[in-house]
Amino acid sequence: MEGDVVQMGAYIGAGLACTGMGGAAVGVGHVVGNFLSGALRNPSAAGGQTATMFIGIAFSEALGIFSFLVALLLMFAV
Amino acid sequence: MATEVANGAEHADEGGLVFHPMDQFIIKPLFGDGPVGMFTITNVTLWMALTILCIFALLVLGSSSRALVPGRIQSIAELAYGFIRKMVEDVAGKDALPYFPYIMTLFMFIVFSNFLGLLPGSFTTTSHIGVTAVLAMAVFLTVTILGFVKHGAGFLSLFWISAAPLPLRPILALIEVISYFVRPVSHSIRLAGNMMAGHAVIKVFAAFAPMILISAGIGLVVTPLSIVAITAIYALEMLVAFIQAYVFTILTCVYLKDALHPHH
Repeated sequence: MEGDVVQMGAYIGAGLACTGMGGAAVGVGHVVGNFLSGALRNPSAAGGQTATMFIGIAFSEALGIFSFLVALLLMFAV
Repeated sequence: MATEVANGAEHADEGGLVFHPMDQFIIKPLFGDGPVGMFTITNVTLWMALTILCIFALLVLGSSSRALVPGRIQSIAELAYGFIRKMVEDVAGKDALPYFPYIMTLFMFIVFSNFLGLLPGSFTTTSHIGVTAVLAMAVFLTVTILGFVKHGAGFLSLFWISAAPLPLRPILALIEVISYFVRPVSHSIRLAGNMMAGHAVIKVFAAFAPMILISAGIGLVVTPLSIVAITAIYALEMLVAFIQAYVFTILTCVYLKDALHPHH
């Protein structure tokens, strides 16, 4: 029995924060899936929209990265 | 970053792993064991210098012959140039082309440090938030100053969305301001987080790989599995190294577009 309750709470919180990554995964999958279904309907227009897809991925991924940041802060800064 | 790495090194003694997955991110002086100061030459310095050397070799030495029919290295340089130029033109518009050299510099630096970091035993400079935060803050300050220089107070119309109904606009303005100031945070942590997480996963599996030396029974299953996993994740990391550099530059282009055309 080492450490203290605060550290235990921080570690549990860091683990819980990682569930946010699942949300980011759903978001990124949604973006790419919808891009693909649109691209297969109209392949000629797909090439010009890949940049937009990556911007969408980056924005939805940012929120997953915030959960990673929260986990890092709980692990090392609290 | 330094404290967390020091934390990681302590944990390595307690845990069962051969080495701690975060050990690879320790910044240490290149010569001697002294403390790391402002001007100490560290492994970060070394790998940044190597990055610059590689970019120099590709873009200056590789294309110095200026052959009409380009050779292999010159084609790579020309492809990279055309790729970024087209991205700037498509995303930020034709009037963003004067800022193309800055975006090209960012892309080449990030892509080369990501790929050099994939060499076994090397150091990934972009895995440190300190490095990417400087890049992202530079972009943020450049874009903000550029917006105010070009449009004066009109730049603030970026936050005042005239397409929305009037009662909604103050709320939207608040959200827009918050999201504007979160930009450098997400911009830098996206790159550093992706690099750090991928390399840490590789090292976790690398720590499991020599299991066969400890116990033959478990090792017979764990060792081949972890070697296959390292290979697969390494391939994924090759993709991520490029995509993260691409995403960083494309977001720079998006921010630049906002600065040049703040009116919705």
